[in-house]
Amino acid sequence: MYDFAYHKPTNLADAAKLLADPDAKAVSGGHTLIPALKHRLNKPSALVDLSGIAEMKGIRREGNAIVIGALTRHVEVANSAEVKAAIPALAYMASHIGDVQVRNRGTIGGSVSNNDPAADYPAAVLGLGATIHTNKRKIAADDFFQGMFTTALAADEILVAVEFPIPEKAGYAKMKNPASRYVMAGVFISKGAGGVRVAVNGAGPCVFRQADMEKALAANWSANAVAGIAQSADGMNSDIHGSAEYRAHLVGVMAKRAMAAAG
Amino acid sequence: MNVVTPFEGIGASVRRKEDFRFLQGRGAYTDDAEKPGQLYAWILRSPHAHARVKSVDTTAAASMPGVVEIYTGADMAKDGVGGLPCGWQIHNKDGSPMAEPLHPVLAHDKVRHVGDPVAVAIAATRQQARDAAEAVVVDYDVLPAAATMAAALKPGAAAIHDGVAGNLCYDWHIGDKAVVDAAFAGAAHVVKFDLVNNRLIPNAMEPRSALGEFDRTTGDYTLTTTSQNPHVIRLLMGAHVLHLPESKLRVIAPDVGGGFGSKIYHYAEEAIVTWSAGKLGRPVRWTADRTESFMSDAHGRDHVSHTELALDANGKILGLRVSTQANMGAYLSTFAPCVPTYLYATLLAGVYTTPVIYCEVKAVFTNTVPVDAYRGAGRPEATFLLERLMDVAAKQTGIDRVELRRRNFIQPDQFPYQTPVALQYDSGNYHATLDQAIASADWAGFPARRAEAAKRGKLRGIGCSTYLEACGIAPSAVVGSLGARAGLYEVGTIRVHPTGSVTVLTGAHSHGQGHETTFAQLVADKLGVPVAQVDIVHGDTAKVPFGMGTYGSRSLAVGGSAMMKAMDKIIAKGKRIAAHLMEASVDDIEFDRGTFRVAGTDKTKALVDISVAAYVPHNYPIEELEPGLEETAFYDPKNFTYPGGCHIAEVEIDPETGRAAVVNFTAVDDVGRVINPMIVEGQVQGGVAQGIGQALLETCVYDADGQLLSGSMMDYTMPRADDLPPVSVATHTTLCTHNPLGVKGCGEVGAIGSPPAVINAVVDALSDYGVAHVEMPATPAKLWQIINSGRRAAAE
Repeated sequence: MYDFAYHKPTNLADAAKLLADPDAKAVSGGHTLIPALKHRLNKPSALVDLSGIAEMKGIRREGNAIVIGALTRHVEVANSAEVKAAIPALAYMASHIGDVQVRNRGTIGGSVSNNDPAADYPAAVLGLGATIHTNKRKIAADDFFQGMFTTALAADEILVAVEFPIPEKAGYAKMKNPASRYVMAGVFISKGAGGVRVAVNGAGPCVFRQADMEKALAANWSANAVAGIAQSADGMNSDIHGSAEYRAHLVGVMAKRAMAAAG
Repeated sequence: MNVVTPFEGIGASVRRKEDFRFLQGRGAYTDDAEKPGQLYAWILRSPHAHARVKSVDTTAAASMPGVVEIYTGADMAKDGVGGLPCGWQIHNKDGSPMAEPLHPVLAHDKVRHVGDPVAVAIAATRQQARDAAEAVVVDYDVLPAAATMAAALKPGAAAIHDGVAGNLCYDWHIGDKAVVDAAFAGAAHVVKFDLVNNRLIPNAMEPRSALGEFDRTTGDYTLTTTSQNPHVIRLLMGAHVLHLPESKLRVIAPDVGGGFGSKIYHYAEEAIVTWSAGKLGRPVRWTADRTESFMSDAHGRDHVSHTELALDANGKILGLRVSTQANMGAYLSTFAPCVPTYLYATLLAGVYTTPVIYCEVKAVFTNTVPVDAYRGAGRPEATFLLERLMDVAAKQTGIDRVELRRRNFIQPDQFPYQTPVALQYDSGNYHATLDQAIASADWAGFPARRAEAAKRGKLRGIGCSTYLEACGIAPSAVVGSLGARAGLYEVGTIRVHPTGSVTVLTGAHSHGQGHETTFAQLVADKLGVPVAQVDIVHGDTAKVPFGMGTYGSRSLAVGGSAMMKAMDKIIAKGKRIAAHLMEASVDDIEFDRGTFRVAGTDKTKALVDISVAAYVPHNYPIEELEPGLEETAFYDPKNFTYPGGCHIAEVEIDPETGRAAVVNFTAVDDVGRVINPMIVEGQVQGGVAQGIGQALLETCVYDADGQLLSGSMMDYTMPRADDLPPVSVATHTTLCTHNPLGVKGCGEVGAIGSPPAVINAVVDALSDYGVAHVEMPATPAKLWQIINSGRRAAAE
């Protein structure tokens, strides 16, 4: 890696000040950023380590929502009694991210703000209709994910927590890339106060909602309802692991399996 | 007196001695050795697959912090540094030698693959060296690249090497084409079949590393390197590249974390650090990162073949015709030319009585990383071809696939069996290994398991492979006549110390195989010395006599045999000392596991009594016998060894996702006498893991411009624990008839026998979809494509 300055602020205001430098980068678990630095794919002027900021930690229930601090590690979400009771699909999803080492280091805030098209969390955030809390505002999931590795966050804006409304039902299923074990195609489905939501990750350049499936499930909440709906291959990712057509097909399969998991 | 429990000798599953240090993180690897004043080398590699190097400007780089020197190919050429040599020469059909273009240590006129070394930056830290390498300005004139053999062979394709017409390294053949053509003329069935053997990237756990040192006092060079054969590196680098006498060059291969063939070869980085250390008078080290491993370790396999099999009406094979293209990559790696010829075409008889075989092989240069031997080397390619072909033939002739194999087996009473492709098998029993595997895998019960899987929506298939390989490499005179530029004997020294412990020096090298245990068991079994008191020394040219190293499942069959011969000499000498001490005739002395006895009496001497007498020769036949108890033997094998057996795989395919999972795997291997069953089981399991990797997961992908798309673990699918089923490993032994241990070798059987078993099972699982063949790796996307198009075909 290239040389960089290292800062470890203890509050959001200081962190935001440090991140005003456009070449500075925030780091929490570091499971995406550190390998990129090691490969010299990134040359930040400074790393702003967020792990000392208390207000970004913890899992709590607030009314009909679960609020998860940005620094919460995947393993903590997977093991949280609160999450398991309220949104078991979210705990399940967290328990299947990467491998043990990744889950012990990676954080929800890092994953969501990185918005890797093949990451798991964006599907849960979009599929549950979560709200992103930052140091400046609240952003609806529908407005948050803007494209490949792109979000609504401003440069000095810090994701502080994610607020997940508790659904009546939710389920997640994914097909892993055989090599990287990232998501080839995943579908997160929920039914709650905000209606039915179907979010697809891995298959396209950015997590997206599958409107046809949402419509069908709103009318008929069953695996059969999605079975007949074909995801178009247009705009799906295509690489050495699978064609756009294959990924589009997998969206249908994973939707069926997510429905089976949701019950 | 030394007492050996029988449990430590041949046949005992002694726990691996070396694992105590490995499991506790106490191994000593090349990159662990800190040297005072050491410098770090970072190698600038070509980003292009094919380009002319117009200029290399090191000015800016040379003045960067910590930089000691930047060297380019021109600097090395000026110093008379030679090209990396090739250790095997193949001849064309017309008798002319293969094309053998220069393989420069640092490219200077051209680069020929992504990763080709262009310059080296040497600095006080690794980071500084890397910074400086990035600051070297290379002006490239990018040329059209040939990333595939088809592209390289296309008329008008850009020449990768000047003077190599058509990018063809050689056009070789074996067998009498006219005789084979005649056999086809009379055939009831002719089966034609095309297949690919996918290119693999070895990925040993420890990346390659090299440390060069120069002693200004003595003028001695030392290279510490991740090698499977330090003497071979010393010979090749000393004689051909750096022109150093062997007396001035020491090569050490300490603990090495896996090789699988990829660490046999002499690599540019070894010459770079050794030469630089001499120029600078300071230690210079280099360690690959994983990205460099992908683009600089020799790759494996990469064949495209057309094959034709002639059978009579009863399914008896009449002849085999094979035409293969083999990818050499951009340059000839050390043993590359022999892999698709004498380690491949000579195996095409397999376990069958095929009377006539013709095989032609075109070896092709491409703008890719050099290809060389990788676990199995040529034999997996031959086995995959033959064992897929048998299943295709079974389908075409309507004969059951197991029955077709049985009808063509070489029978147990036919040994020694001369094949039409040069090899003479000494022993084997292919019916026995097949029977045992069929029973163990419950082949007969498969239809019920298939029906049960179908209820769960899964497509289940079963497949077998009855394979044979040739290893225990190799009789020196034979390989010499076939183009090897080296002998392939092995050396062993048995040093019995005064108080009875033993040091064994061996030219074999252990990089995961468990030699420190297996070899100690040989000493325990023969000399009666406990395993704990036997130390194995390997991997240092300053300690061990000139040996040839470890590859081709040769260490026990060849290296172990040398030890047995040396121990015979120890026993013979010990008997003479014992006869003196016990005042008996030498002819009356018997020896059994540590005890010398006057026959028919209770007069005995322990080995330690003899060793004390040998080193403290107060009461000793000094007039007729030298003191000391140390013997060396060189063993040159009389033949290859021929392990064989049967592998059975059972797979389940999820038709919705296309994912195939191996759910059962049964291996019954004849590896000759088994010294340590636990280690054999581990070797077979590891080999099967790599074979399943090749069959379902791994493949090297270049784009049309020669960029490596599968250049990291993110895109190259290494098998992981959850990709693998429990592997049932059993052995059925017929002894090798020509080495003193009766051993055949077990290091490669898993990787050789398993891929066709898996693909045969995949094809069987897809039998309802009219599938004749599935190329490796059978990835989810590929299988879904097949299933989906099968469904569409049915619907239309």
